[in-house]
Amino acid sequence: MPVSSTRLPVRKAPEAAPSSRASGSKGAGRPGLGWAVPGLLFFTLFAIVPMIMVIVLSFTSWQGLGMPSFNGTENWSRLWNDPVMRQGITLSLLLTLFSWMVQTPIALLIGVWSAGRQRARAVLSAIFFLPLLASSVALGLLWKSLLDPNFGLIADIGPWIGFSDGNLLGSERGAFAAIVFVASWQFIPLHTLLYQGGARQIPKSLYDAAYVDGAGTVRQFFSITLPQLKNTIITSSVLMVVGALTFFDTVLILTEGGPGTSTAIVPYHMYNTGFEAFEMGYASAIATVLVIVATGVSLLLVRITGFGAMRSTREGM
Amino acid sequence: MTDVLHRPAPSGEGSGPGKSPVRVSSKSRRPLWRRWNIPAGFGALIWLVVIGAPLYALVASTLRTRDDYLEKGALSIPGEPTLENYNKVLESSFFQYLVNTAIVTVASAAIVIVLSVTIGYTVVRTRTRMSQRFFQVFLLGLAIPAQAVIIPVYLIITKLNLYDSLLGIILPVSAFSLPVCVLILSGTMRDIDEEMYESMALDGAGPARILWQLVVPLSRSGISTVGVYAALQAWNNFLFPLILTQSQETKVLTLGLYDFVGQFRVDIPALLAAVVLSIVPIFVVYLFARRQLVNGLMGVGGK
Repeated sequence: MPVSSTRLPVRKAPEAAPSSRASGSKGAGRPGLGWAVPGLLFFTLFAIVPMIMVIVLSFTSWQGLGMPSFNGTENWSRLWNDPVMRQGITLSLLLTLFSWMVQTPIALLIGVWSAGRQRARAVLSAIFFLPLLASSVALGLLWKSLLDPNFGLIADIGPWIGFSDGNLLGSERGAFAAIVFVASWQFIPLHTLLYQGGARQIPKSLYDAAYVDGAGTVRQFFSITLPQLKNTIITSSVLMVVGALTFFDTVLILTEGGPGTSTAIVPYHMYNTGFEAFEMGYASAIATVLVIVATGVSLLLVRITGFGAMRSTREGM
Repeated sequence: MTDVLHRPAPSGEGSGPGKSPVRVSSKSRRPLWRRWNIPAGFGALIWLVVIGAPLYALVASTLRTRDDYLEKGALSIPGEPTLENYNKVLESSFFQYLVNTAIVTVASAAIVIVLSVTIGYTVVRTRTRMSQRFFQVFLLGLAIPAQAVIIPVYLIITKLNLYDSLLGIILPVSAFSLPVCVLILSGTMRDIDEEMYESMALDGAGPARILWQLVVPLSRSGISTVGVYAALQAWNNFLFPLILTQSQETKVLTLGLYDFVGQFRVDIPALLAAVVLSIVPIFVVYLFARRQLVNGLMGVGGK
């Protein structure tokens, strides 16, 4: 049996399977732990160690050159009173909330729609996925030129949505709305793909049964599709929340945190502090908050909603 | 299976309770408007405009002269198409950026494939609690945001004397691709039959031979997904190059694009031509290996 196309989501990890142990040659042909050591060291050096270091660095003063020197809790008391940080936290939470609210319904509906096997749907979904091919820098530049108040698309559309001068990026709310919009435009295709995969796994017999029972399209959607997509919704939401909390590239290109600091979400504030103002110690304190919140939120979501759920959805597609 | 009409998605098949199921099976008898889900189709068309209009504006703008663009706005049809903008981009350092990106992409994909295959193999086949611990380390890694640890990564890369080198980008980019790839490959490898391992072991094959002759061939789809995923992560990465490099010689495509903003200033058509050229290679892959690319994009595993 070659690699099977339908994966069993509940296949257990291979520890403690007494039946095969009875066959005698327990360790024969099995790799030792040494096989994983290079990869593990590599990962530890560039991911685990930095995660610990960022906490240590948050208690230091460091200008990017030379060695960091400890300065106690100075960064943290400064962080507590930093108005830009407070605003950044609010903005990050709002970005998370809004982008979830915009992306989930659209991605869910289009994903379920594109799961149909009709030719028209296949052609259209091939187009819908195109934004995924571009880097966030490429898309950021595209939207920056489209939102240029003088020469961009926004000069034509602006008056319709209350920006008669087209200067969306020049107003505080407009710039934030632009960030939410571009983030959604960029990431809805990814989540559409997730939902498409999820919807295609729903057993057809469920719909057949519902049809015989006389359930209409809307009823089928709410009684079958939505509950069956529960795991996909969890996976997609976790990715969205973490993605929004760590959103950075587009903000740098589109608004540079402005006007003023009105779109300076936490990751941007950290970048600005660390690599523009070269206050790396203080930036590490901001980063620590980011690590704790982003890691915490994703672990929490995964825990609350069932750890296995996310894994099996990811593996099962 | 009687019908083509029953779709997994809720589609236009809503019908009253009185309909007999028999009628459903004959497609031709149903009028067109019953077979199509009109509201959903309408929504899809709106979405087509939302996605399509900016992409159209992107491509159309690059085919126009700067004056034409400034005069007529983003959505107009190019009157006299020109490739001049592409010339401008190709005359700049674009090609050098492309080569740098290609090096980073290939090297990173290679590192990730080798490491995630060996880790996945250990996680799936080693019978100790430690190997499960290893796996959990990588699951935790899924949750570590690269943005948040960029400062220590900068410190480590500087101390390793790798600042402003391509290797300095390759290493951290690969490390942050690893967790997803380990997850994908351990999933793929778990699907290989226990008996196949046993019969190879009975033939006296060691772990290296089993890996090479059994695991790798049977995990090919997972490995290709992992390769595509790692390649995309490297190709599109912006943060690591932004922070870890500075000179012209080590500039990758994403960073080069960001620099074009200053270089081309108000020459938006030329800037957008650079954007288009940066997407072309991935687009070609999309045309020829759509399934692998899509799997890689989602970072989900190897069907």
